[in-house]
Amino acid sequence: MLAYLVRRLLWLPFLLLAVSLLTFALGTYGPGDPVQVRLGARYTPEAGTRLRHELGLDRPLLAQYGQYVWRALRGDLGVSLRFTGRPVSDVIGRRVWVSVQLGFAAVVVSVLLGIPLGLLAAHRQGTWLDTAVISLALFFYSVPVFLTAPLLILVFAVRLHWLPTSGWNGLPDPHIIMPALALGLPGVAGLARLTRASALEVLGQDYVRTARAKGLPEVQVQYRHVLRNALIPVLTTLGMALATLVSGAFITETLFGIPGIGSLAVESIFQRDYPVVMAITLLLAAAFVAANLLVDILYVALDPRIRYR
Amino acid sequence: MELAEQQAVAQRHRGEGPWARLLRRFLHKKVAVACLALVVALYLAGVLAPLLAPYGYNQTDLLHPLEGPSGAHWLGTDRLGRDLLSRLLWGLQTTVIITAAATLTGSLALGILLGLASGYLGRRVDSAIMRVGELFLAFPDILLVILLAATLKPRAVELVRSFEDSLGFRGIVQSGAVDYLVVFGALAAFSWVGMARLVRGQVLALKEQTFVEAARANGASTWRVLRVHLLPNALSPVLVSVSAGMGAVAGSEVVLSWLGIGIQPPRPSLGLMILDNGNLSALRATPHLLLAPVAAVALLIFAWNLLGDALNDVLNPRAR
Repeated sequence: MLAYLVRRLLWLPFLLLAVSLLTFALGTYGPGDPVQVRLGARYTPEAGTRLRHELGLDRPLLAQYGQYVWRALRGDLGVSLRFTGRPVSDVIGRRVWVSVQLGFAAVVVSVLLGIPLGLLAAHRQGTWLDTAVISLALFFYSVPVFLTAPLLILVFAVRLHWLPTSGWNGLPDPHIIMPALALGLPGVAGLARLTRASALEVLGQDYVRTARAKGLPEVQVQYRHVLRNALIPVLTTLGMALATLVSGAFITETLFGIPGIGSLAVESIFQRDYPVVMAITLLLAAAFVAANLLVDILYVALDPRIRYR
Repeated sequence: MELAEQQAVAQRHRGEGPWARLLRRFLHKKVAVACLALVVALYLAGVLAPLLAPYGYNQTDLLHPLEGPSGAHWLGTDRLGRDLLSRLLWGLQTTVIITAAATLTGSLALGILLGLASGYLGRRVDSAIMRVGELFLAFPDILLVILLAATLKPRAVELVRSFEDSLGFRGIVQSGAVDYLVVFGALAAFSWVGMARLVRGQVLALKEQTFVEAARANGASTWRVLRVHLLPNALSPVLVSVSAGMGAVAGSEVVLSWLGIGIQPPRPSLGLMILDNGNLSALRATPHLLLAPVAAVALLIFAWNLLGDALNDVLNPRAR
């Protein structure tokens, strides 16, 4: 187990290096001249050459990349081109928190709705309730955020005037309800489906029958035997769920005008602010790897039968 | 089922091949058949758009903008008086082209080939392919696709322009072919990974089996073992995964066009239609202009996913 974890951790720096190299290559190959972007109307060939030299952009690409990595290792991710001269870590740092709050709200929505719905469907297996929950879940699981979000806006903001259409106002605020719902719905659906399947399997196990036979109250049976065991496979998908959450966040934040890193990434790609794009990509790649590692550890903690080699 | 009944069923279907048996099981699932019919209908509608669409996708009629459904325009018209139904059909054609091209090249050709190589050849080939795959998976998929499309497209346009100049004629860039190429390239670039991993897993399990060993002992070449013995046996999860993945590919094309880096106007795309009609003033005045493309995309994605689920039940009955 420990050897497995160490191996995974040792692989992380190489992965990040490769991710950064690919992003760097795409960034330099892509269109747009960062010097022209930065100088804007003040651009003259002389000023351009001077700034290019100051920024080290006239050096060979490999040297530029080496310098980037060397600085990044010491926590210096460069300066943003769009927000002139502001350090990238500063630009991102302000917006990460917003995304974390939104993501957290979406996860809360998914868990609070998805797991009970799944358990309910499993309990009423074969009834209309089961069919309804499962077909709705499959629908919302497959329909992406950019389709549900405009519909939510249309119904709750434009028609009913219950909720504000877009914007951001911190956590306990009606602004977060629609984005969290839009972002969380695929998660609700996924969790409901998975919890149902998993609970059905556990309900058929001998130990559940034994627990009932020895007279354990049904609530206890459900909580101690069914829920605990049913949640193990659910947990393993949390790593995947993070991936869905992140890709959903790009769209959700852009659609609802939320100043998180998802919308920042989209804006930065279009504004050719590659230092920011690069930092966000690295951050997300690291988060993905960390999340998957965490899931692996949780898996072992929950199910002692599992061993990694 | 009673034993006698089971035997009767077995008797009735004796002598049918494995594919016939699968087909029978598939036809028994009403939902699956309905989904397949829906997918086929939507794809046919897209392919046949030039014949079916009553108007051109860009044919404006400024005297009749924003009309509701009528005999002349079944779904009404948009702000420029363009027929909504026609634009929907042409938009579907874009989706059809992109999903088919990206899936055929990315996940089918590239994914299966690399998966077979990875699983069967093992060692260095395996680790090389899998490490590259991990690299692609470390990116959030949408971010990678946006990044690829945004950075590669201007270069691709430049390249084709210079090509056009040297040939002395224009029209390739104008026809929008480059947009299609870039979108499908970006989608194919990341969709191979999942398939390669899936096929690799299948091959790893299969290649230890006796029939593969027997084939090798008989002197079959690597290529023959892969083609004749491994691929057909690994095919059913591939089918499930393609069907379940098509919805995601269709969705990604829509997202790219919606962000403005996919298909460019005047070429029609469902993503562009959603973008054009998703702002607040449009939502207040003409929600049907948004609802129609949203419903089309949602239906297509939903049908593909449901079909994938049903295929999974049919092809991997033990997984239930």
